[in-house]
Amino acid sequence: MRAVAIVGVGYSGFRSITPDLSYKELMYEAAAKAYEDAGVDPQRDIESFVSVAEDFNEGTSIFDEYVPDQIGGALKPVHTIPGDGIHGLIAAHMQVLTGAMNIVMVEAHSKASNVLTPNDVLAYAMEPIYNRPLGANPVFIAGMEMNRYLYSTGTTEAQCAQVVVKNRGNGFLNPSAAYGARLDLEMVLGSETVSHPLKKLEISSHADGAIVVVLASSDVAEDLTDLPIWIRGVGWCNETPSLETRDWEGATYARKSAEMAYRTAGIRNPWQEIDFAEVDDTFAYKELQHMEALGLCREGEAGYLVQEGETELDGQFPINPSGGSLGLGHLLDASGLARVLEVILQLRGEAGERQLEDVETGMAFGWRGIPTTSGAAVVLSV
Amino acid sequence: MGMRKVAVVGAGMTKFMRRAQETGRELAYQASKMALDSCGMTLDDIDSVALGTAPDAFDGLHMKGEYLSDGAGAWNKPYMRCYVGGGTGVFAAIQGWYHVASGLFDTCLVVCEEKMSSCKPHPQGAFLTIFDHTTERALKPNLVWIFALEMNRYMTVHGLEKKDIARVAVKNKRNALDHPCAQVAADITVEDVLNSEVLAWPVQRLDISPTSDGAAAMVLAAEHVAKRVTDKPVWVKGVGWSLDTAYWTNRDLYYPKYVEHAARMAYDMAGIKEPRKEIHVVEPYDPFDYKELHHLEGLLLCEKGEAARLTADGVTARDGDLPVCPSGGLLGVGNPIAASGMMKLSEIFWQLRGEAGKRQVPGQPRTGLAQSWGDLMQVGCVVVLGI
Repeated sequence: MRAVAIVGVGYSGFRSITPDLSYKELMYEAAAKAYEDAGVDPQRDIESFVSVAEDFNEGTSIFDEYVPDQIGGALKPVHTIPGDGIHGLIAAHMQVLTGAMNIVMVEAHSKASNVLTPNDVLAYAMEPIYNRPLGANPVFIAGMEMNRYLYSTGTTEAQCAQVVVKNRGNGFLNPSAAYGARLDLEMVLGSETVSHPLKKLEISSHADGAIVVVLASSDVAEDLTDLPIWIRGVGWCNETPSLETRDWEGATYARKSAEMAYRTAGIRNPWQEIDFAEVDDTFAYKELQHMEALGLCREGEAGYLVQEGETELDGQFPINPSGGSLGLGHLLDASGLARVLEVILQLRGEAGERQLEDVETGMAFGWRGIPTTSGAAVVLSV
Repeated sequence: MGMRKVAVVGAGMTKFMRRAQETGRELAYQASKMALDSCGMTLDDIDSVALGTAPDAFDGLHMKGEYLSDGAGAWNKPYMRCYVGGGTGVFAAIQGWYHVASGLFDTCLVVCEEKMSSCKPHPQGAFLTIFDHTTERALKPNLVWIFALEMNRYMTVHGLEKKDIARVAVKNKRNALDHPCAQVAADITVEDVLNSEVLAWPVQRLDISPTSDGAAAMVLAAEHVAKRVTDKPVWVKGVGWSLDTAYWTNRDLYYPKYVEHAARMAYDMAGIKEPRKEIHVVEPYDPFDYKELHHLEGLLLCEKGEAARLTADGVTARDGDLPVCPSGGLLGVGNPIAASGMMKLSEIFWQLRGEAGKRQVPGQPRTGLAQSWGDLMQVGCVVVLGI
């Protein structure tokens, strides 16, 4: 199989609102920076373009229509993946692996501030015949799942709250983060209960921004950059959309995504062979649940690791040094690509004040949020 | 390094019609089951699933791909949805191709589903939301309206009359009489088309495909699996796609340059130098009768402005020199958006295997092509299949 590397990255944002920029301008800025970083001209060099978007979040049907111009893709192969940003990255990766393409880009963005009623939009993702008529705010799914997670693993509410303290603290060191803050446990635990036991501060807030990543086959990657970041392994999985029959306990989609990613990367012991990870933390408990499902620790252990500080920047296994979605802001389906962005910056040594020492391999995991069981993982190495 | 060979080994489709009894999930299930059964496979043999479905607005379902995943057989599997508007049906097969050609998987189940009938009072209402929210939506445009502009431009540049174009509708609806899944097969005349209700001049009722519900699916496999499960693998020889600018008002609509780009990409990959000689059967996208002509020109299968004459001369008839839409196309079989592209590719698969029954074109075709089109008159997707 060919080797594929990330040779360029660019981003715009992230901010809680961007009244001065349209989604096209956000995408343009991210793309222009990524092309500059990779030293490529989109019309001359890039052979395929992948964008990531969902119609309802954009407020436009067949949104893929509005993609090509601002990323330099007009009259070129362009297609959209309505999935997580990491699905988009994997779609680009697969195209390079075929041997038909050498340079492919992926773009994901969020203009969440334009969505005035996000939970009403999310309600349209509920199964329409049995579930939607109940009229419940979809966040109840996260409350129920968190309750089950605490019950089955013995994790405490304080351990979940500690994730918020850590990630928003990390965000404080990240100039791109929209929600960096110094909080303490009492503030998180004392915030309003949204769906028992889930607290308001344990839910990531939306942000606007765009991210573009340029991938290249090994033949060209070495010419384009002195520091290619190699895609070691990829994996993704859907469990089931059904609330009635899904696995409420173990995040099967994350476990299976990781199994495939480790298999393709040739990784046997992730805790030993991976130095740090960026994992989905749309809700604070999800970071812990995902760490366990990804095999980064044993079941029921993640809460202790965060409590002991082992997942902080100077811990044994840093998780979400970027600040995660809690600190950076939740970027809708661009969230997964934001996880990838941080892994790239850390591996390149470009993470500024939050730079981790001696990191060679990192992992990113994205989840599409409630009500889905859709996840995607990628392992990157210098 | 040679590219990994990918074959189509099975296909299936539901009847296209208004299907009030089934949910989209059930339609996806039916087509997937038929495709798997056709090659003696089960879900245990499937490594990955690719899904195509067009706007979420039809069903009022946010993240429709997630909703459909179980029906498409994706439970606990790598699953990805692709999207290029009306071009999605053929693109989904391209996505399936890159799943297998990448070397990550030996098999991929490609499923396309569309359920338009749940959109009330008419799916055209959902299409209002495809237009630019700042510059166009306020004008309350409608898809038929912009395609009328394109049809008019095409007719004007080439000096064509409506009867030159109506022959396509007559041919395709007649071809569809032999398709068991067809929704609007009919034995009509050019006069019938010319006398049908005017929707937006020059588009009339019988120039246009219907709205439909339906699903179609296909199984793709790597060479070693394909040779194990079938004696008649049909190979994916070339794929191509191209998306033109969203600013469609700045383009000359008389010629689909994006289809030409997609075709050239696919021909390059397939090693095709003279498409007119090397392609034996074609399924270009025909949601409107003029689009079949427009696309034949974009696919470089005839000169610009020549397609209407080929149709009048019977060259594109099922027993003609270059059979075009032997299935009956969207005009005859129906147009559940994504599923209709997959239907076209399935037709080429059946034609090349000699399994098209009464629709079989003569002369044992060895190479065929399916193409889809969509967005704001903007995207072309091409797959060349061969035995």
